[in-house]
Parts: sequence; structure tokens; C-alpha cells
Amino acid sequence: MLQKKILEVNGLKQYFGSASNPIKAVDDISFYVYEGETLGLVGESGSGKSTTGRSIIRLYDVTGGDIHFKGQNIAAIKSRKDLKHFNKEMQMIFQDPYASLNPRMTASEIITEGFDIHGMYKNKKERAEKVAELLEAVGLNRMHASRYAHEFSGGQRQRIGIARALSLDPSFIIADEPISALDVSIQAQVVNLLKQIQRERNLTYLFIAHDLSMVKYISDRIAVMYRGKIVEIGPADDIYNTPRHPYTKSLLSAVPQPDPLSERTRTRIPYVHEETDGDMIAHEVSTDHYVFATSEQLARWQL
Amino acid sequence: MKPKLLQVKDLHVHFKTYAGIVQAVRGVSFELYEGETLAIVGESGSGKSVTSNALMKLIPQPPGIYAGGEILFNGRDIIPLSDKEMAKIRGNDIAMIFQDPMTSLNPTMKIGKQITEVILQHKAASRSDAKERAMELLNLVGIPFPEKRYKQYPHELSGGMRQRIVIAIALAANPKLLIADEPTTALDVTIQAQILELMKDIQKRSNTSIIFITHDLGVVANVADRVAVMYAGQIVEYGTVNEIFYNPKHPYTWGLLGSMPDLSNSSDELLRTIPGSPPNLIHPPVGDAFAPRNEFAMAIDYEAEPPMFQVSPTHFAKTWLLHPDAPKIDVPQVVQQRIDRYVKEGEA
Repeated sequence: MLQKKILEVNGLKQYFGSASNPIKAVDDISFYVYEGETLGLVGESGSGKSTTGRSIIRLYDVTGGDIHFKGQNIAAIKSRKDLKHFNKEMQMIFQDPYASLNPRMTASEIITEGFDIHGMYKNKKERAEKVAELLEAVGLNRMHASRYAHEFSGGQRQRIGIARALSLDPSFIIADEPISALDVSIQAQVVNLLKQIQRERNLTYLFIAHDLSMVKYISDRIAVMYRGKIVEIGPADDIYNTPRHPYTKSLLSAVPQPDPLSERTRTRIPYVHEETDGDMIAHEVSTDHYVFATSEQLARWQL
Repeated sequence: MKPKLLQVKDLHVHFKTYAGIVQAVRGVSFELYEGETLAIVGESGSGKSVTSNALMKLIPQPPGIYAGGEILFNGRDIIPLSDKEMAKIRGNDIAMIFQDPMTSLNPTMKIGKQITEVILQHKAASRSDAKERAMELLNLVGIPFPEKRYKQYPHELSGGMRQRIVIAIALAANPKLLIADEPTTALDVTIQAQILELMKDIQKRSNTSIIFITHDLGVVANVADRVAVMYAGQIVEYGTVNEIFYNPKHPYTWGLLGSMPDLSNSSDELLRTIPGSPPNLIHPPVGDAFAPRNEFAMAIDYEAEPPMFQVSPTHFAKTWLLHPDAPKIDVPQVVQQRIDRYVKEGEA
């Protein structure tokens, strides 16, 4: 079955600071996301993973490269009507459910803000019904609609954040560290919820996180970022079982596992960054599994 | 048998709030031996940080109240000690490392000064001796170019380097007990691995005892000799690291182990979750506090609090499931399968 690419990113560059001495947060990355899949984006702080997500949803004007969503170049969207349509299609879930919800608004107001902007569900009864439906979809109940954010626990707040993201029936959701601020037992609840609504609504996710165990669990494919570049991308199992880039190997070797026997013998593989002069390109090492390297490096980095 | 450094007996800590009295720690008891690492795991609000702050007598009073129990450090109860007496123990005998290195360092003070300050405070040393000792410490915690770093400010260093400085300050007076409250939570995994290696290395050299507070079971498996699992202000399971990970007895521990995917989890199955959220400790539930979230709860769980049942000489769990009359409940399949796989891989 040939999968349809819902998002294509080509040569994306996102620089900050002055033109003479730019900070290259994202430095020439290319990837695509298939419709209905979850692409996990992992990397350390400062690797450019959040910036990538924010560029895709047009929170920044890109420095270079282009982003096509459903075949359309998103930088070329000019009219208010088209922009509104794009905003409806692509939504975001943020890391900190305490900071990303307005404490002066009720759950219902938070969820329906998008309806006002897009002129949807103008009938009061219809709107209340939709809010109730969304709350129930994320595991809350209709009684919660009139409560303020501070009346909810962290996990419940993140559920409201998810309900807000779902309110406009998007097809693509960027989840930027959606579970990092939550407790372990609550993380599992939210991840299960994300998986369940993905199946029900055929959503596509870009899941940005630094917790590799969770990313592996939720993603179909994974992209590993380091210093603004994607160093390796491929099916989740390939990245974990047969990582090729030394940075990926180093990152995987650093993840502690809930297994004392193996932890006692585990050795961390340190990563030393190599500056190269050669042409860096994405080599396909197995189906859909790419490593960004020079030919010389790739030959050296055998399994 | 190693000598006992710390013994906590039936500790109760309460906080007065407008809404009522929050019973944050409700009868915690544990022991710590010299050169040993005890990990305290639990979710936010379980009382793990309050317990560790109580050991340093860092609970502000008011609103905090030491409502009962004893903290015996080298056989002496520190709860009745005055602030002045406590100041001698802090830093000297017991030191603490906090989660966020940026907020625990003074942004306007050079790194060298922050380290020598502690040495001069606790040891009768000259300035030049203190500087020499500070250099030693910077080397010990693996800071490259210590001469240069000595004169820098915290903002000039990366997060991992800052946490190393915090550790150097904590070690400045050779404490016998190091309390680390989520010391790697704010760091990237590769940096976390380095800091954990560093702490284990220091422990081996100086025989320091460590209390490690964390919510990450992977980190626990890496650092701990013994583990205390906390829920709703109480220790619900207590044992050696192998006992907790390979023979867990409390349904809450099962839940924690089951809700964390490991690298070999299949993504087709949903994660096991613990439904609901922790109780409000202004009105702690009657009986077993975990009962409303426990799929194996029995009638008695809603009536009487379970005692600590002994599983082995070193392993205890606070659940009625261990009562001789309770029905036999097996460890949930997902958790058991994972344990079997780990043990098999460990033997191979």
C-alpha cells in the first residue's frame, strides 16, 4: 500500500539572531509525515525539535526551505480565509498544561474559543453539546465545562488542552512534550488517550519528546535531531534495534531501564561530534531508514 | 553489617493551610546504612520531597508542623534541635542537591566563591587552603578547566556543568549523607547518565550515604541499593532494588511498573494505567489510601489501614493482599512478562 504524505518538509532552515551571526536552530532538514501515522521527533534540549514543530505550524517565518501540507506550500498561504482553514487543519498540544491554559477562562470557554474565531456552532445548545462531546472524548465529563483550569489536576488539564486541539476537527496535531510535565501514572493515561483518539479520528501526529521509551512506544517512525539537523530517521523499531548513527547509539545507551540487573552492567556510549568537510547526504540504509552522513562516515559506522 | 547512619521512625509532617491541615507525611519509617543508596519513588504529592526536606529540617514552621516521630542521625534525634545546632549539621553532615541547578546557584556570585564559602563556613581553613580544596572538588566532579570555571558565573555554564557545581558544593564539607531531590530531572538523558555515574563514583570513593528522590524507575534501577515506594504520604513498599523490581507485592508498585513503557514494549497494546488520581491529604481516605485506584481492592481496604506485611527480612509491603486470608492475586501479566524477560536476559 502506498502511503500518502500529508506533510513534506524540504530543506527547512530556521535561524535566529542577526544575519551576520545567526543561531542555526534548525539547519537544513528534510522529512515527511505519512497520513495517519505518528512521527516521533527526539533530541536533547537545544537540538531544534521544538523549533521544527513551531515552524511547521507557522509560528515563525522560516529562513529557508519550504513546508508543504496536503500539497500546499504553507508559506504561500496569504488570504485570511485560507489561513483560517490551515489553522483549523493543524493544531498543537503544549508541554505545560499549567501555562498553556488561561486561568481566567472556564474549560468550556477554552474549548470554544476556536468556534468564535471560525464562526462555528453559533447555536448555544449545539455548542454546549459539542463541548460535552469533546470533554467526553478526552475522558472528562460534561459537568467539567463550567470549571476553571485551577480546579483540575495536571492530567485533567492536559486533557482539556487535548480537547481544545480537537475542537476544530484537525487532521494534523503537533504535540510538543505533551506528557513531560505529568506524573508517571498520568503519562500513561494521556498516551493511551492520544493513541485512542488517533485511531478514532484518523489523526496524524508529530510527537516531540525527549523521553525515548515513550517516543518508541507511541511512534511509527522516529527522527533523531542533533544540533539542528536530523541525523537519523526511520521506522521506530529500526531506530531502536539497528541504530546506525553514533549519536543515536549514544542517546539510546543513556536511557535507564527499569531493570536493575542490566543497569548494573550497562555502559554508556559517549558521542564525539565530528566536523566534516565532505558532502553530508541522507543515505538510505534500509527501507525508509536514512542516516545523515558522508559516504566515508557511513562506511565507518557499520553496525 | 554496615553501621546505621540514619533511622526515621514514624515521621509525621503536617501543613496548615486555609483549607485545612494537609497531612503530607503520615508515618514514614526507614533506615539508611553507611555507603548505601536509598531511592524514594512516588508521584507528585506523595510526600517524597517533604520527607527529604524534613531530614534537613527545611520545613518552614509555620505552616509546617513536625507532628510526630523521630529522625535519628547517628543515633541522635534532630527534630528537637535548635536552628543554630541544625546549621552545624547542614552542609557538614547532611548536604542536599536540588532539581534545578539554575535556582540553587547564586547567579550573581562567581562559582569559586560559592564553593569556598561552604568550606570556610564549616572548616577552619585559610582562603588559600579553601581555594585548593575547591579546585580538588571541581576536578572530582569532572569539570574541565577548573581554573577558568572558578572565576565564571553560573550562566556561563551548561545545565550539566551547573549540576556538577551544585554537587561540588554539596560535597565541600565531606557530608556523610547526601540527599538528592530529583537531581537529574531537568537534564537531558545523556547528561543524566553522566551525573548518575559521577554520583556513584563519589559514593564508592568516600562511602557517602545517598537518599535519591525521583519519579523515574529507570533511574532508580540504576542507582539504588534499596527502594521505598511512597503513596499518599506513606511508604507502601520497601525492599532491596531487586525485590522491588523483580518481586513487587504492592498493587501501586505494579501500576508504576506497568505504566512505564520500556524500549521493547509493543506499540499495539495500550499501556496499563492507574486510573484516577491521588487522594486529597486534607482528608486522607479511611482504610487503604490506594483503594479507590486499586482494581484488586477488597472490602477491608475501605475500612482499615493495612499494616506493613513482611515478605522477606528486607522486603515489606503495606497491602491487605498479603494477609493470609486474602485471595491470591498474581502480578499483572504485562508486568510479570517483563520481569521474566529481564531475569532471563540477566542470566544469559
